[in-house]
Amino acid sequence: MNMIGSLPPESQSNPDRRTMSIAVKFFASLREQVGKADTSVESQTVSSVQDVWELASGGRPMPANTLMAVNMDYVDANHPVVEGDEVAFFPPVTGG
Amino acid sequence: MTVEIRNQDFDPYQEVSAYQREVLQADGKYGATAVFVGSMRDFNEGDEIRAMTLEHYPEMTEQYLEKISREAKQRWDLIDSLIIHRVGDVSPNEPIVVVAVWSAHRAAAYEANRYLMEELKSRAPFWKKETLVQGSRWVEKNT
Repeated sequence: MNMIGSLPPESQSNPDRRTMSIAVKFFASLREQVGKADTSVESQTVSSVQDVWELASGGRPMPANTLMAVNMDYVDANHPVVEGDEVAFFPPVTGG
Repeated sequence: MTVEIRNQDFDPYQEVSAYQREVLQADGKYGATAVFVGSMRDFNEGDEIRAMTLEHYPEMTEQYLEKISREAKQRWDLIDSLIIHRVGDVSPNEPIVVVAVWSAHRAAAYEANRYLMEELKSRAPFWKKETLVQGSRWVEKNT
């Protein structure tokens, strides 16, 4: 029996139709530009850090020098996200 | 190996001396202590700076400072290290960071101290916002 073949096409990439919840943080100049420090993304289609940016920032272009972290480790925009992840976006760091 | 984030002014020299006396307790074991103190300037890029606000990413900051401290300990023969970094509102001449490294001989202490400062500046999630005579601006990149 081929269940997958009988499902509508949009279900095939996420067959159990789970809504993922991702916590999102913005820091420093990005926090001011986006207008929020903390938010969350609830979606069935989000799969990468780039997708999270697009949903959480309201579709604005990501500045070229943006740094990204998933669960507090640096990643690039193609990095996958899973339920419960914390994704952060921020400009180059300037401590010390 | 200790890292601390402080939201109030501190005396880096008292901190190093107290750490040595109360935590390290290794008198006679270390022959070298390298200490770096970074303080707030009242000028940057040709402008007078009145004050500064340091923002950070709580937890990730501590994790990265601990990570670079572990890396330094793997690369050099160290007895211990201490990093204290300010956050919040900072005034000119106040310390922003102190990095202290203890080792048996000077080369390891000097080199590991430089390594910790350079890694802190390029990887630890802190951001500086400067208050000018008129207005304010985010520091765009570290020098």
